[in-house]
This record gives sequence, C-alpha cells and structure tokens, in this order.
Amino acid sequence: MLTIAADLHDKIVAHARADHPDEACGVIAGLAGSDRPERFIPMLNAERSPTFYRFDSTEQFRVWREMDERDEEPVVIYHSHTATEAYPSRTDISYASEPGAHYVLVSTREPDQAEFRSFRILEGVVTEEEVRIVAGGPGPGRNEPIGPPVGHQEQPR
Amino acid sequence: MAIEVRIPTILRTYTGGAKSVEGAGATLAELLSDLDSRHSGLRDRLVDGSGLRRFVNVYLNDEDVRFLGGLATPVADGDTVTVLPAVAGGGR
Repeated sequence: MLTIAADLHDKIVAHARADHPDEACGVIAGLAGSDRPERFIPMLNAERSPTFYRFDSTEQFRVWREMDERDEEPVVIYHSHTATEAYPSRTDISYASEPGAHYVLVSTREPDQAEFRSFRILEGVVTEEEVRIVAGGPGPGRNEPIGPPVGHQEQPR
Repeated sequence: MAIEVRIPTILRTYTGGAKSVEGAGATLAELLSDLDSRHSGLRDRLVDGSGLRRFVNVYLNDEDVRFLGGLATPVADGDTVTVLPAVAGGGR
C-alpha cells in the first residue's frame, strides 16, 4: 500500500497536467526505510515526448546524490501517461530499476479527471497496490528525520 | 588508492550487497573488466556489444561518461565511478 499526503498527490497531478501532452516524471524522496514519501522532486523529461520519459542523466545524478547525503531514497517514482490508462506499459516494466519504489502512474487522457494508481514492479512482475491519501501539507513533521506522523491524521477522501 | 565504484541497489546481487566496490584500470572498459573478475556478471549488465547499455548511466565523478569518452574514458586512482539505472518508460 502507498500512503501519501494529499498535497503530494495534488502536486503530482498538477505536474502531469502542466506538462500534458508530454509525459511528466519525478520522484518523492523519503527517509530510507521509512516508506513515507516526503520531499517532492519534479524532474525534467529529457525526451520531452508524449509517449516516453527518461530522467535527464545529469539531473538524476545530482538528485540521487542529494538523497544519499540526506539518507533518503526514492520512495515514489511517478510519471504520466497522456493518452493511455494509468497502468505500467511494457516499456515501464522493462526499465523499472528501483525494486523498493512505489511506481505511481497518472493518466491525463481525461481533461477533468486524473487517474492515479500505484504499483510495485519487481523483476518484470507488476502488482497494483492500494493508494491511501492522508491529510497533510507543508508544516511540522515534513522533512524531519523521524518522528510520529503528526499532521498526518487519516482522512478518507 | 583505487577507483571507487558505487553500485545501485538493483545490481548489488553481484557485489554481495555492497554499495561500493573498488577496482583498477586506465579506462572505464578496463575498470569494468577488472570488476567483473571479482563480481562475475556485473559487466554484462552495464555493457553490450556496442558499448554502454542504453538504459544504464555511468558517471565519472559527477559527469555522465557519455559526454566524456564512453568506455574509452580515462580513469585514475582516486576517481569515483557511479552507476545508476536510467529512470525511463512511457505510455507506448
């Protein structure tokens, strides 16, 4: 299951909308081992394509090193599909290379409604998982090394 | 002194779980062959017949080796080589 704060969910959708009809992509970093997405990092799509995405290699290096220095990992790796459903394509599956990450897909094919789904992709096998959106926004608890999830009360949406 | 090579999670099965290993060589190609002598199979995940695999990024210090000399890039003791799988995919 992916548990994600509402503001982070909204930022992913907003990024996907902003880059439509090209695919948008990025990362949400979190403390290593916490499974809690915390720090939103939109990435360039080096391909600038409606059917393909690839992180810019230089930007990826910088972001991965920064995560390393902060003891973070890519908890969520997201990208958008702009004409197809929010389900991993064969391309997505063959290039999935972070076994610990939640792969989030957003479809922007419908202008008024975004499909937001999360998957694990391990050795070519896709497993969809539940997405739980919880209240939360910038404030206490965000970017703190560890602590009780203050400000992350559950709230069904 | 040696060359430090940082290994991503997905390739640590070849390094017994180690996040970084050390190797030697005058070029990236020599370094990868040296690593493969102790971590068999690692080289194949990074290189195919025509050079570096398309969806693997290899950096010398903080620069993508594609912008340097690819497998012919000179390396030296004290350098750090970082391997990162490209993050890529798409709707079709």
